Amino acid sequence: MIPAAFDYARPASLDEAVRVLADAGEDAKVLAGGQSLMPLLRLRLAYPDALVDLDRLDGLREIRDDGDAVVIGALATHHQVLRDPLVNEHLPLLARATATVADPAVRHRGTFGGSLAHADPAGDLPAVALALDAVLHARSVRGEREIPAAEFFVDWMTSALEPDELLTAVRIPKLGPGWGVHYEKFHRTAQAWAIVGVACAVRRVQGAVEDVRVALTNMGPVPVRASAVERFAEGRTLSRDALRAAAAHAADGTGPPADLHGSAEYRTHLAGVLTARALTAAAGV
Amino acid sequence: MPRITVEVDGAVHQDDVEPRVLLVHHLRDRAGRTGTPVGCDTSNCGACTVLMDGLSVKSCSVLAVQADGREITTVEGLGLGGAPHPMQRAFHEEHALQCGYCTPGMIMAAIDLLRENPDPSETEIRAGLEGNLCRCTGYQNIVRAVRRAAAEMRDPAAAREVAP
Repeated sequence: MIPAAFDYARPASLDEAVRVLADAGEDAKVLAGGQSLMPLLRLRLAYPDALVDLDRLDGLREIRDDGDAVVIGALATHHQVLRDPLVNEHLPLLARATATVADPAVRHRGTFGGSLAHADPAGDLPAVALALDAVLHARSVRGEREIPAAEFFVDWMTSALEPDELLTAVRIPKLGPGWGVHYEKFHRTAQAWAIVGVACAVRRVQGAVEDVRVALTNMGPVPVRASAVERFAEGRTLSRDALRAAAAHAADGTGPPADLHGSAEYRTHLAGVLTARALTAAAGV
Repeated sequence: MPRITVEVDGAVHQDDVEPRVLLVHHLRDRAGRTGTPVGCDTSNCGACTVLMDGLSVKSCSVLAVQADGREITTVEGLGLGGAPHPMQRAFHEEHALQCGYCTPGMIMAAIDLLRENPDPSETEIRAGLEGNLCRCTGYQNIVRAVRRAAAEMRDPAAAREVAP
Protein backbone atom coordinates (compact mmCIF):
# COMPACT_ATOMS: atom_id res chain seq x y z
CA MET A 1 0.00 0.00 0.00
CA ILE A 2 1.01 3.61 -0.41
CA PRO A 3 1.25 5.73 2.73
CA ALA A 4 -1.31 8.48 3.36
CA ALA A 5 -0.10 11.94 2.35
CA PHE A 6 2.08 13.91 4.75
CA ASP A 7 4.20 17.04 4.76
CA TYR A 8 7.90 16.40 4.57
CA ALA A 9 10.88 18.32 5.93
CA ARG A 10 14.53 17.44 5.71
CA PRO A 11 16.36 19.82 8.03
CA ALA A 12 20.06 20.40 7.39
CA SER A 13 21.11 20.99 11.00
CA LEU A 14 20.12 19.87 14.48
CA ASP A 15 19.01 23.41 15.39
CA GLU A 16 16.77 23.51 12.35
CA ALA A 17 15.47 20.00 13.11
CA VAL A 18 14.28 20.84 16.64
CA ARG A 19 12.70 24.08 15.35
CA VAL A 20 10.87 22.24 12.58
CA LEU A 21 9.74 19.57 15.01
CA ALA A 22 8.47 22.16 17.50
CA ASP A 23 6.52 23.94 14.74
CA ALA A 24 5.13 20.71 13.30
CA GLY A 25 3.02 19.98 16.39
CA GLU A 26 1.92 16.75 18.02
CA ASP A 27 0.97 14.86 14.87
CA ALA A 28 4.44 14.95 13.35
CA LYS A 29 6.73 11.91 13.36
CA VAL A 30 10.49 11.83 13.29
CA LEU A 31 11.96 9.74 10.48
CA ALA A 32 15.36 8.23 11.29
CA GLY A 33 16.22 4.99 9.47
CA GLY A 34 12.53 4.37 8.88
CA GLN A 35 12.71 0.60 9.17
CA SER A 36 9.91 0.49 11.75
CA LEU A 37 8.06 3.60 10.66
CA MET A 38 7.84 2.82 6.93
CA PRO A 39 5.90 -0.44 7.41
CA LEU A 40 3.52 1.40 9.78
CA LEU A 41 2.98 4.15 7.20
CA ARG A 42 2.51 1.65 4.40
CA LEU A 43 -0.05 -0.37 6.31
CA ARG A 44 -1.64 2.93 7.38
CA LEU A 45 -1.33 1.97 11.01
CA ALA A 46 0.24 5.44 11.35
CA TYR A 47 -0.74 8.52 9.40
CA PRO A 48 1.20 11.51 10.72
CA ASP A 49 0.58 15.00 9.35
CA ALA A 50 4.27 15.54 8.81
CA LEU A 51 7.56 13.67 8.73
CA VAL A 52 10.78 15.31 9.90
CA ASP A 53 13.54 13.38 8.15
CA LEU A 54 16.86 13.36 10.03
CA ASP A 55 18.73 11.65 7.21
CA ARG A 56 21.09 14.55 6.54
CA LEU A 57 22.14 15.14 10.16
CA ASP A 58 25.41 13.27 9.77
CA GLY A 59 26.72 14.71 13.05
CA LEU A 60 24.33 12.37 14.86
CA ARG A 61 25.98 9.28 13.37
CA GLU A 62 29.21 9.53 15.33
CA ILE A 63 30.29 6.88 17.86
CA ARG A 64 32.95 8.25 20.23
CA ASP A 65 34.99 7.43 23.28
CA ASP A 66 34.04 9.49 26.33
CA GLY A 67 36.37 8.17 29.02
CA ASP A 68 34.39 5.69 31.09
CA ALA A 69 31.59 5.55 28.51
CA VAL A 70 30.93 5.23 24.81
CA VAL A 71 28.61 7.83 23.27
CA ILE A 72 26.60 6.58 20.32
CA GLY A 73 24.95 9.12 18.04
CA ALA A 74 21.24 8.45 17.73
CA LEU A 75 21.53 8.03 13.95
CA ALA A 76 24.33 5.44 14.03
CA THR A 77 22.97 2.54 11.99
CA HIS A 78 22.90 -1.03 13.28
CA HIS A 79 25.40 -1.83 10.51
CA GLN A 80 27.73 0.86 11.85
CA VAL A 81 27.31 -0.22 15.51
CA LEU A 82 28.10 -3.84 14.61
CA ARG A 83 31.40 -2.90 13.01
CA ASP A 84 32.48 -0.20 15.44
CA PRO A 85 35.73 -1.03 17.30
CA LEU A 86 34.68 0.95 20.43
CA VAL A 87 31.38 -0.91 20.65
CA ASN A 88 33.03 -4.28 20.12
CA GLU A 89 35.69 -3.59 22.74
CA HIS A 90 33.63 -1.91 25.46
CA LEU A 91 29.99 -2.79 24.74
CA PRO A 92 30.06 -6.36 23.41
CA LEU A 93 26.51 -6.94 24.68
CA LEU A 94 25.25 -4.23 22.34
CA ALA A 95 27.19 -5.73 19.43
CA ARG A 96 25.75 -9.20 20.10
CA ALA A 97 22.18 -8.01 20.40
CA THR A 98 22.47 -5.77 17.34
CA ALA A 99 23.61 -8.75 15.27
CA THR A 100 20.21 -10.34 15.95
CA VAL A 101 18.19 -7.30 14.79
CA ALA A 102 16.26 -8.00 11.56
CA ASP A 103 18.45 -8.63 8.50
CA PRO A 104 21.41 -6.97 6.71
CA ALA A 105 19.31 -4.65 4.49
CA VAL A 106 17.31 -3.40 7.48
CA ARG A 107 20.51 -2.99 9.52
CA HIS A 108 21.95 -0.78 6.79
CA ARG A 109 19.14 1.76 7.35
CA GLY A 110 17.82 1.17 10.87
CA THR A 111 19.36 3.25 13.64
CA PHE A 112 20.22 2.58 17.29
CA GLY A 113 18.45 5.74 18.43
CA GLY A 114 15.41 4.98 16.31
CA SER A 115 15.07 1.52 17.88
CA LEU A 116 15.08 3.05 21.35
CA ALA A 117 12.71 5.93 20.53
CA HIS A 118 10.30 3.51 18.84
CA ALA A 119 10.09 1.71 22.23
CA ASP A 120 8.71 -1.52 20.81
CA PRO A 121 8.51 -4.04 23.66
CA ALA A 122 9.67 -6.76 21.24
CA GLY A 123 12.69 -4.70 20.12
CA ASP A 124 16.04 -6.08 21.27
CA LEU A 125 17.98 -2.91 21.98
CA PRO A 126 15.79 -1.29 24.69
CA ALA A 127 16.60 -4.21 27.04
CA VAL A 128 20.29 -3.78 26.26
CA ALA A 129 20.13 -0.05 27.03
CA LEU A 130 18.40 -0.91 30.30
CA ALA A 131 20.89 -3.63 31.27
CA LEU A 132 23.84 -1.34 30.58
CA ASP A 133 22.39 1.67 32.45
CA ALA A 134 22.45 3.85 29.34
CA VAL A 135 21.61 7.54 29.57
CA LEU A 136 19.65 9.02 26.66
CA HIS A 137 20.26 12.59 25.55
CA ALA A 138 17.27 14.53 24.24
CA ARG A 139 17.12 17.94 22.65
CA SER A 140 14.33 20.39 21.86
CA VAL A 141 14.00 24.14 21.36
CA ARG A 142 13.55 24.25 25.13
CA GLY A 143 17.03 22.84 25.73
CA GLU A 144 18.74 19.54 26.44
CA ARG A 145 18.05 16.88 29.02
CA GLU A 146 19.33 13.47 30.01
CA ILE A 147 17.00 10.55 30.63
CA PRO A 148 18.20 7.32 32.29
CA ALA A 149 17.14 4.19 30.39
CA ALA A 150 15.17 3.08 33.47
CA GLU A 151 12.89 6.14 32.99
CA PHE A 152 12.90 6.28 29.18
CA PHE A 153 10.52 3.42 28.37
CA VAL A 154 7.16 4.56 29.66
CA ASP A 155 4.58 2.24 28.11
CA TRP A 156 3.84 0.15 25.01
CA MET A 157 5.63 1.96 22.15
CA THR A 158 5.82 5.09 24.26
CA SER A 159 9.03 6.74 25.36
CA ALA A 160 9.64 9.63 27.72
CA LEU A 161 10.41 11.90 24.75
CA GLU A 162 8.06 14.87 24.43
CA PRO A 163 6.55 15.46 20.96
CA ASP A 164 9.05 18.27 20.31
CA GLU A 165 12.09 16.33 21.55
CA LEU A 166 14.70 14.53 19.49
CA LEU A 167 16.91 11.76 20.79
CA THR A 168 20.44 12.90 19.88
CA ALA A 169 22.83 10.45 21.55
CA VAL A 170 23.06 7.57 23.99
CA ARG A 171 25.82 7.41 26.59
CA ILE A 172 26.62 3.89 27.74
CA PRO A 173 29.10 3.17 30.55
CA LYS A 174 31.87 0.79 29.46
CA LEU A 175 31.99 -2.65 31.00
CA GLY A 176 35.45 -3.11 32.50
CA PRO A 177 37.51 -6.29 32.70
CA GLY A 178 35.95 -9.45 34.14
CA TRP A 179 32.54 -9.01 32.53
CA GLY A 180 31.00 -11.67 30.33
CA VAL A 181 27.91 -10.91 28.26
CA HIS A 182 25.19 -12.66 26.31
CA TYR A 183 21.96 -11.86 24.48
CA GLU A 184 19.58 -14.80 24.26
CA LYS A 185 16.65 -14.39 21.89
CA PHE A 186 13.85 -16.80 21.12
CA HIS A 187 11.97 -16.35 17.87
CA ARG A 188 10.11 -18.47 15.37
CA THR A 189 11.98 -17.77 12.16
CA ALA A 190 15.21 -16.17 11.02
CA GLN A 191 13.94 -12.62 11.09
CA ALA A 192 10.97 -12.61 13.46
CA TRP A 193 10.66 -10.39 16.53
CA ALA A 194 11.76 -11.76 19.89
CA ILE A 195 9.01 -13.72 21.62
CA VAL A 196 11.22 -13.23 24.68
CA GLY A 197 14.80 -11.95 24.84
CA VAL A 198 17.33 -11.74 27.67
CA ALA A 199 20.21 -9.26 27.83
CA CYS A 200 22.75 -10.30 30.41
CA ALA A 201 26.13 -9.23 31.79
CA VAL A 202 28.01 -11.00 34.56
CA ARG A 203 31.17 -9.90 36.36
CA ARG A 204 33.18 -12.77 37.74
CA VAL A 205 35.67 -12.27 40.53
CA GLN A 206 37.54 -15.21 42.07
CA GLY A 207 34.96 -17.84 41.25
CA ALA A 208 32.01 -15.77 42.41
CA VAL A 209 29.35 -13.61 40.78
CA GLU A 210 30.44 -10.12 41.78
CA ASP A 211 27.89 -8.16 39.77
CA VAL A 212 25.11 -9.11 37.37
CA ARG A 213 22.65 -7.30 35.13
CA VAL A 214 19.69 -8.95 33.49
CA ALA A 215 17.06 -7.19 31.36
CA LEU A 216 14.15 -8.82 29.56
CA THR A 217 12.66 -8.13 26.13
CA ASN A 218 8.91 -8.57 25.54
CA MET A 219 7.94 -9.60 29.08
CA GLY A 220 5.67 -6.58 29.45
CA PRO A 221 4.83 -3.28 27.73
CA VAL A 222 8.37 -2.02 28.45
CA PRO A 223 11.71 -3.77 28.92
CA VAL A 224 12.27 -4.78 32.54
CA ARG A 225 15.27 -5.47 34.73
CA ALA A 226 15.01 -8.93 36.27
CA SER A 227 15.98 -7.56 39.68
CA ALA A 228 15.04 -10.75 41.53
CA VAL A 229 17.51 -12.71 39.38
CA GLU A 230 20.18 -10.09 39.99
CA ARG A 231 19.56 -10.26 43.75
CA PHE A 232 19.65 -14.07 43.86
CA ALA A 233 22.76 -14.36 41.68
CA GLU A 234 24.97 -11.69 43.20
CA GLY A 235 27.62 -12.96 45.59
CA ARG A 236 26.94 -16.62 44.71
CA THR A 237 29.64 -19.08 43.79
CA LEU A 238 29.99 -19.29 40.05
CA SER A 239 28.21 -22.54 39.14
CA ARG A 240 25.56 -23.65 36.70
CA ASP A 241 23.27 -24.73 39.54
CA ALA A 242 23.48 -21.38 41.34
CA LEU A 243 22.83 -19.44 38.13
CA ARG A 244 19.91 -21.70 37.16
CA ALA A 245 18.39 -21.30 40.61
CA ALA A 246 18.63 -17.51 40.25
CA ALA A 247 17.18 -17.66 36.72
CA ALA A 248 14.04 -19.34 38.06
CA HIS A 249 13.05 -15.87 39.33
CA ALA A 250 13.26 -14.25 35.86
CA ALA A 251 9.54 -13.64 35.47
CA ASP A 252 8.98 -12.42 39.06
CA GLY A 253 6.88 -9.26 38.98
CA THR A 254 6.46 -9.20 35.19
CA GLY A 255 3.19 -9.08 33.24
CA PRO A 256 4.01 -10.70 29.91
CA PRO A 257 1.68 -10.19 26.93
CA ALA A 258 -0.27 -12.96 25.22
CA ASP A 259 -0.43 -12.96 21.42
CA LEU A 260 -0.39 -15.40 18.52
CA HIS A 261 3.27 -16.23 19.23
CA GLY A 262 2.67 -17.35 22.78
CA SER A 263 0.58 -17.14 25.92
CA ALA A 264 1.66 -15.26 29.04
CA GLU A 265 2.37 -18.62 30.70
CA TYR A 266 4.58 -19.67 27.82
CA ARG A 267 6.53 -16.41 28.05
CA THR A 268 6.92 -16.88 31.79
CA HIS A 269 8.38 -20.34 31.14
CA LEU A 270 10.63 -18.99 28.37
CA ALA A 271 11.95 -16.18 30.57
CA GLY A 272 13.32 -18.69 33.09
CA VAL A 273 14.82 -21.00 30.47
CA LEU A 274 16.39 -18.20 28.42
CA THR A 275 17.72 -16.37 31.47
CA ALA A 276 19.44 -19.57 32.61
CA ARG A 277 21.01 -19.90 29.16
CA ALA A 278 22.03 -16.25 29.09
CA LEU A 279 23.53 -16.29 32.60
CA THR A 280 25.56 -19.44 32.08
CA ALA A 281 26.76 -18.29 28.66
CA ALA A 282 27.74 -14.85 30.00
CA ALA A 283 29.47 -16.38 33.03
CA GLY A 284 31.19 -19.01 30.90
CA VAL A 285 30.12 -21.96 33.05
CA MET B 1 6.44 18.68 -4.53
CA PRO B 2 10.12 18.10 -3.76
CA ARG B 3 12.44 17.70 -6.73
CA ILE B 4 14.87 14.83 -6.40
CA THR B 5 17.92 13.73 -8.36
CA VAL B 6 18.67 10.02 -8.25
CA GLU B 7 21.19 8.06 -10.26
CA VAL B 8 19.57 4.80 -11.25
CA ASP B 9 21.78 2.16 -12.87
CA GLY B 10 24.12 4.87 -14.12
CA ALA B 11 21.45 7.23 -15.54
CA VAL B 12 20.54 10.43 -13.70
CA HIS B 13 16.81 10.95 -13.15
CA GLN B 14 15.35 14.26 -11.99
CA ASP B 15 11.74 14.15 -10.89
CA ASP B 16 9.20 15.95 -8.77
CA VAL B 17 7.84 13.41 -6.33
CA GLU B 18 5.21 13.31 -3.66
CA PRO B 19 6.95 12.68 -0.32
CA ARG B 20 4.88 9.56 0.31
CA VAL B 21 6.10 7.76 -2.82
CA LEU B 22 8.16 4.68 -1.96
CA LEU B 23 11.50 4.23 -3.69
CA VAL B 24 10.34 0.95 -5.23
CA HIS B 25 7.38 2.67 -6.91
CA HIS B 26 9.60 5.51 -8.09
CA LEU B 27 12.03 3.00 -9.63
CA ARG B 28 9.25 1.08 -11.34
CA ASP B 29 6.88 3.86 -12.40
CA ARG B 30 9.23 6.78 -13.11
CA ALA B 31 12.64 5.25 -13.82
CA GLY B 32 11.17 2.29 -15.71
CA ARG B 33 13.09 -0.27 -13.68
CA THR B 34 10.33 -2.86 -13.46
CA GLY B 35 12.90 -5.58 -12.79
CA THR B 36 12.50 -4.70 -9.11
CA PRO B 37 9.20 -6.19 -7.91
CA VAL B 38 7.00 -5.40 -4.92
CA GLY B 39 6.65 -8.62 -2.99
CA CYS B 40 4.96 -7.85 0.32
CA ASP B 41 3.50 -5.08 2.42
CA THR B 42 5.44 -5.84 5.56
CA SER B 43 9.16 -5.40 4.67
CA ASN B 44 9.68 -9.12 5.25
CA CYS B 45 10.26 -10.55 1.80
CA GLY B 46 13.23 -8.62 0.40
CA ALA B 47 12.10 -9.01 -3.24
CA CYS B 48 12.53 -5.25 -3.78
CA THR B 49 16.14 -5.16 -2.50
CA VAL B 50 18.39 -2.73 -4.39
CA LEU B 51 21.75 -1.17 -3.58
CA MET B 52 21.73 2.43 -2.34
CA ASP B 53 25.21 3.94 -2.38
CA GLY B 54 26.47 0.37 -2.50
CA LEU B 55 24.55 -1.03 0.49
CA SER B 56 21.50 -3.27 0.20
CA VAL B 57 18.19 -1.70 1.18
CA LYS B 58 14.58 -2.80 0.85
CA SER B 59 13.26 -0.21 -1.58
CA CYS B 60 9.75 -0.54 -0.12
CA SER B 61 11.15 0.77 3.17
CA VAL B 62 12.79 3.90 1.78
CA LEU B 63 10.97 6.97 0.49
CA ALA B 64 11.94 8.21 -2.96
CA VAL B 65 12.80 11.59 -1.39
CA GLN B 66 15.31 9.80 0.85
CA ALA B 67 17.16 8.62 -2.26
CA ASP B 68 17.77 12.23 -3.34
CA GLY B 69 21.44 12.60 -4.27
CA ARG B 70 22.09 8.86 -3.96
CA GLU B 71 23.08 6.13 -6.40
CA ILE B 72 20.76 3.19 -6.85
CA THR B 73 21.69 -0.10 -8.48
CA THR B 74 18.85 -2.42 -9.43
CA VAL B 75 19.11 -5.92 -10.87
CA GLU B 76 18.85 -4.26 -14.30
CA GLY B 77 22.08 -2.39 -13.67
CA LEU B 78 24.07 -5.62 -13.39
CA GLY B 79 26.14 -7.15 -16.16
CA LEU B 80 27.77 -5.32 -19.01
CA GLY B 81 27.25 -5.37 -22.75
CA GLY B 82 24.60 -8.07 -22.60
CA ALA B 83 26.79 -10.39 -20.50
CA PRO B 84 25.16 -11.37 -17.22
CA HIS B 85 26.81 -10.68 -13.88
CA PRO B 86 28.49 -13.81 -12.42
CA MET B 87 25.75 -13.90 -9.76
CA GLN B 88 23.05 -13.87 -12.45
CA ARG B 89 24.88 -16.58 -14.37
CA ALA B 90 25.28 -18.70 -11.23
CA PHE B 91 21.54 -18.41 -10.42
CA HIS B 92 20.81 -19.57 -13.96
CA GLU B 93 23.28 -22.44 -13.95
CA GLU B 94 22.47 -23.71 -10.46
CA HIS B 95 18.72 -23.47 -11.08
CA ALA B 96 18.40 -21.11 -8.09
CA LEU B 97 14.91 -19.96 -9.04
CA GLN B 98 11.55 -21.37 -9.93
CA CYS B 99 8.90 -18.67 -10.15
CA GLY B 100 11.62 -15.98 -10.12
CA TYR B 101 9.76 -13.42 -8.04
CA CYS B 102 12.35 -13.27 -5.26
CA THR B 103 15.30 -13.48 -7.66
CA PRO B 104 16.07 -9.76 -8.24
CA GLY B 105 16.19 -9.10 -4.50
CA MET B 106 18.00 -12.35 -3.78
CA ILE B 107 20.70 -11.47 -6.32
CA MET B 108 21.17 -7.94 -4.97
CA ALA B 109 21.37 -9.19 -1.37
CA ALA B 110 23.85 -11.88 -2.42
CA ILE B 111 26.06 -9.31 -4.17
CA ASP B 112 25.95 -7.15 -1.03
CA LEU B 113 26.97 -10.18 1.04
CA LEU B 114 30.00 -10.89 -1.18
CA ARG B 115 31.11 -7.27 -0.95
CA GLU B 116 31.60 -7.78 2.79
CA ASN B 117 32.58 -11.42 2.71
CA PRO B 118 34.00 -12.67 -0.61
CA ASP B 119 34.21 -16.30 0.57
CA PRO B 120 31.16 -16.99 2.77
CA SER B 121 30.41 -20.40 4.26
CA GLU B 122 26.99 -21.96 3.73
CA THR B 123 25.93 -20.72 7.20
CA GLU B 124 27.12 -17.20 6.42
CA ILE B 125 25.22 -17.22 3.13
CA ARG B 126 22.03 -18.28 4.89
CA ALA B 127 22.51 -15.53 7.50
CA GLY B 128 23.35 -12.96 4.81
CA LEU B 129 20.16 -13.78 2.92
CA GLU B 130 17.89 -14.00 5.99
CA GLY B 131 15.99 -10.91 4.86
CA ASN B 132 15.02 -12.49 1.54
CA LEU B 133 12.26 -15.05 1.30
CA CYS B 134 11.90 -17.68 -1.42
CA ARG B 135 8.77 -19.81 -1.40
CA CYS B 136 9.79 -22.22 -4.19
CA THR B 137 13.33 -23.50 -4.03
CA GLY B 138 13.93 -24.44 -0.41
CA TYR B 139 17.06 -22.27 -0.70
CA GLN B 140 19.44 -25.15 -1.46
CA ASN B 141 20.18 -24.07 -5.00
CA ILE B 142 20.31 -20.40 -4.02
CA VAL B 143 23.07 -21.15 -1.52
CA ARG B 144 24.86 -23.23 -4.16
CA ALA B 145 24.59 -20.39 -6.67
CA VAL B 146 26.03 -17.84 -4.25
CA ARG B 147 28.97 -20.15 -3.50
CA ARG B 148 29.57 -20.64 -7.21
CA ALA B 149 29.40 -16.91 -7.95
CA ALA B 150 31.72 -16.18 -5.02
CA ALA B 151 34.31 -18.61 -6.35
CA GLU B 152 34.04 -17.10 -9.82
CA MET B 153 34.26 -13.54 -8.56
CA ARG B 154 37.34 -14.33 -6.47
CA ASP B 155 39.03 -15.64 -9.58
CA PRO B 156 40.72 -12.66 -11.28
CA ALA B 157 39.96 -13.87 -14.80
CA ALA B 158 36.24 -13.98 -14.01
CA ALA B 159 36.41 -10.70 -12.08
CA ARG B 160 37.76 -8.83 -15.13
CA GLU B 161 34.60 -9.58 -17.05
CA VAL B 162 32.41 -7.75 -14.54
CA ALA B 163 34.64 -4.82 -13.57
CA PRO B 164 32.72 -1.62 -14.32
